[in-house]
Amino acid sequence: MSENFRSLETKFLDKTNRISFKYNGKKYYGYKGDTLASALLSNGIHLIGRSFKYHRPRGIMTCGSEEPNAIVQIGGTGSFTEPNVRATEQEIYEGLEASSQNCWPSVEFDVGGINNFISPVIPAGFYYKTFMWPKKLWYSLYEPAIRMSAGLGKSPTQPDPELYDHNHLHCDVLVVGGGISGIIAASISSDNGNNTVLIDDKNSLGGSTIFQDDENFKINDEISSVWLNNQIKKIKNKKNLIIKHRTSLAAYHSYNYLLARENLADHKSLNERSNKLRQRLWKIRAKKVILATGAIERPLIFNNNDRPGVMLANSVKKYIDYFGVRCGNKNIIFTNNDSAYETAISLNKKGINVSIVDIRNNSSSILVKNAKDAGIKIYWNHTVVNTAGYRRIKSIQIMKMSEDGTNVIDSKINLVCDNLSISGGWTPMVHLFTQSGGKLKFRDSDQVFLPNVTTSDQISIGSCNGDFELDDVIKNTISECKNFLSLSLTDFDLLKVNCPKQKESKNIWLLPNDKPLGKTKPFLDFQNDSTAKDIKLAMREGFRSIEHVKRYTTTGMGTDQGKLANMHALGIISETAGVKMGTLGTTTFRPPYTPLTFGTIVGRNVGTFFDIARKTPMHAWHENRKAKFENVGQWKRAWYYPMDDESIHQAVQRESKAARESAGILDASTLGKIDIKGTDASEFLNRVYTNAWSKLGIGKCRYGLMLNEDGMVYDDGVTTRLDENHYVMTTTTGGAANVLSKLEDYLQTEWPELDVWLTSVTDQYATASVCGPNSKNILKKLFPKVEFNDENFPHMSFKNAELDGINCRIMRISFTGEHSYEINIESKYGKSLWEKCMDEGKEFNITPYGTETMHLLRAEKGFIIVGQDTDGTMTPIDLQMDWIVSKKKYDFIGKRSLYRSDTMREDRKQLVGLLTDNPNEVLEEGAQIVQDEKKQPIEMLGHVTSSYFSPNLNKSIALAVIKNGKKLKGQKLLVPMKDKTIKVTVSDYIFFDSKNERLNA
Amino acid sequence: MFIITCPFCGERDQSEFSAGGEAHIVRPKQPTELSDDEWADFLFMRKNIKGVQFERWNHAHGCRKWFNVIRDTSNDKIHAVYKMGEKPPTK
Ligand SMILES: [Zn+2]
Repeated sequence: MSENFRSLETKFLDKTNRISFKYNGKKYYGYKGDTLASALLSNGIHLIGRSFKYHRPRGIMTCGSEEPNAIVQIGGTGSFTEPNVRATEQEIYEGLEASSQNCWPSVEFDVGGINNFISPVIPAGFYYKTFMWPKKLWYSLYEPAIRMSAGLGKSPTQPDPELYDHNHLHCDVLVVGGGISGIIAASISSDNGNNTVLIDDKNSLGGSTIFQDDENFKINDEISSVWLNNQIKKIKNKKNLIIKHRTSLAAYHSYNYLLARENLADHKSLNERSNKLRQRLWKIRAKKVILATGAIERPLIFNNNDRPGVMLANSVKKYIDYFGVRCGNKNIIFTNNDSAYETAISLNKKGINVSIVDIRNNSSSILVKNAKDAGIKIYWNHTVVNTAGYRRIKSIQIMKMSEDGTNVIDSKINLVCDNLSISGGWTPMVHLFTQSGGKLKFRDSDQVFLPNVTTSDQISIGSCNGDFELDDVIKNTISECKNFLSLSLTDFDLLKVNCPKQKESKNIWLLPNDKPLGKTKPFLDFQNDSTAKDIKLAMREGFRSIEHVKRYTTTGMGTDQGKLANMHALGIISETAGVKMGTLGTTTFRPPYTPLTFGTIVGRNVGTFFDIARKTPMHAWHENRKAKFENVGQWKRAWYYPMDDESIHQAVQRESKAARESAGILDASTLGKIDIKGTDASEFLNRVYTNAWSKLGIGKCRYGLMLNEDGMVYDDGVTTRLDENHYVMTTTTGGAANVLSKLEDYLQTEWPELDVWLTSVTDQYATASVCGPNSKNILKKLFPKVEFNDENFPHMSFKNAELDGINCRIMRISFTGEHSYEINIESKYGKSLWEKCMDEGKEFNITPYGTETMHLLRAEKGFIIVGQDTDGTMTPIDLQMDWIVSKKKYDFIGKRSLYRSDTMREDRKQLVGLLTDNPNEVLEEGAQIVQDEKKQPIEMLGHVTSSYFSPNLNKSIALAVIKNGKKLKGQKLLVPMKDKTIKVTVSDYIFFDSKNERLNA
Repeated sequence: MFIITCPFCGERDQSEFSAGGEAHIVRPKQPTELSDDEWADFLFMRKNIKGVQFERWNHAHGCRKWFNVIRDTSNDKIHAVYKMGEKPPTK
């Protein structure tokens, strides 16, 4: 197809570089520098997609990031596809494939379009009201139906093969926006020794002035676009200035911390971009920020204002003057202000048929005079009451407005057109300003919110600060910058600016119509299909807060965040509520300003870089032995060691039996280890553990339970007294960092008088735990010089020893209930230690076991795991561990809380054992426990915390927390599952060797 | 994402620090002498105000020291930073 609508010369495109691309499977041509939108318009294509709710045909409305309708899928299928891309921002490249979204089977014929005809039954809140009930229909009917016809675009189905990057940037001054005010500001800033960064979201600088060829706009007697073009050439060579193109600011946080997304590849063909970065997220810390983010044009709100071919007037001007593309052959401008006359004059100059409908009575602007002189027909004091044309606008109907503007009078006039350029004035882009915490003020004269108070070191300049006249923009930009950067002179001080002054605009949020509102469709949010009618309905139903009205009607909740017409929604709410516009505030502007891809957000933190993996010194051995691993915090712990094709169950049963019958070995290196030194170390332990520590002999070990100040169990572990003033504490694997931080907190803030020093030594030591009846025999072989008899080396004691001349610490402690030793050695010897244990243990069939077997063995003994059997709501009393809570100690962390009325309640959830009536039935961890299944509502008594099939007892065992559990021993209870109910009996929570005879076996 | 001036290390990004709640709540020296209400007051009651607040911060990924910060919670402006045990600056 040829480009029938590109008849005009333009200096902004590379006419020598013709590019072919595909849209909905058909091949088209455009030029290097075109956006997908401009290239499609040059081929006469306006219809891009279907609207979200009513599936109405929608076309390109704008030329920028505010575009609500023209969002497309880029790329084919698989990994390179991307949904929700604005055609107005996507640059075309050779081989680009784009397609319409939200239409099935095609954009020309769309099944969902039926929604348009039944739209009277889809008012605001329809989804909330209708699909809530009956609930069972949700899964079978509503959700699948909504998902089929809703949704914008398709997600990629394969991992993203492209590279993304994060980078930090520090600068003195960051200028956001490369329009005329941003360029002047960047120039002034960099000229005065500030390291300056200018970012702009387009592929070239200049904003809307760069295509302003009207003789009425002059700077130093040059046409404004010519003057600006020279400035752009100059700043490209400035030393202190970095210019970033195709970079859009996503977020502006406090302390001038900003996030910007730089697009490096989306404008390149797939060949050009292979193995290169696609996007980079800049994390910017700027000493000062200058916002020059501009303004976007407002639409007008009238009946059927959403047809393809209805566009913003200034965008139509950009398509002609910048891209050389006509948006139609017969244009009508519909406006409430003078700026749209610039578009009319541009069209007229290029020989395109244009007429104007203006809701005002007249205007004395020079632009209006020029339009009249050019013979352009102007319908003063008229409004559009309807439009016609399904896939493209064909005609409009206009009527005269009453004196007060609330009504229409006289007869309808029908006007034929194929483009309607609308302008409802301008909205300053204050999004970033408010994101940074700035507060807005309201200007009545042209109904705009403007930056007011800020706590950051920043200014707003140009049209985002409410200056819409070229002379004001330049004059105020210079004076604001001088003030902000403490300068007395700039190169721009003597600029001479000529421009036509805009006259009074006339603001009517919802234009009058000859039909009642209920019979019209004046769209506010084009993407989410909410109309003025929906806003009024929401208010009739009692919604008053703008945040509530927004969510109920979904106005402003699309991917464009309602950039176009949120102001109109506010205006209509204010009018309906009878309050002054501006007093209601605005809805919150949340980052990101435009959507970011997940790839950009995560950068390089994907795959193995997603999180740190901590591995023990023995990790390679476990891998070699084909261990399966589980994540415990950041640690990779050996979970079980399957032999041949064993299942997890078979492996764990084998490992568990071996550990109790002969010998087992566990890698316990991940347990947290804190070295404690100082003359007050014993006193410190007294204060942080529930039991007493002062009398623990040197060379002895003790189990300790640590509480939070609220009395709930926080961590546990064995601490060993190495010397008079020297202890080593072990913590749970997951709790190590938090315990150290908590202990430091108490030391530094509550007890600074204590002489205690804490050092994390978790990574410094590797630990092999050898258990089972033959553990002593293995240790004897490893450490021939150490005496292992019970008198010399009893349970809960410690010895220094040497292994091939390397110092070791041996603790005789047990988490399995078996006779057991933990050998600690400097990390780098961890693997050798492990291999030696395996060698010496070979004759005793020493069996490596993982965390699953460890959990099973300790459950047989009724030992708790903090974080599995506890959840931050269990006191030691709830855990039936009264024995470890010192009654004599005056104080320890959490003690007072054990005597609060709530913690002393007898019907708290308490730890108990559970035995299934069928000994082969293993309960699911997390399963709920009830007494009476029939009672409504069913009463949850508690839940299963640990559950295993014990090979040593040959039956299923479980730990559970149950309301009033201590008193329920012997009681029959029920565990209802999806397909059956399991009968259980409350039992003692120690299932195996309750007299601890095996510890000394 | 504000910047905190650690009294031991200097200006650092917020991500290096962890917050520790309201400052100057002293753990009672004789908890057993307190009524349930008095203990609950120490344990649970925090001001959590919108405005200038006295807070504890820990330079967790730095020197591991705890210190006090006076911060306006409405705009994250930090008015002062001072060490544990020191009196807040009077201005
Ligand atoms: Zn520090």
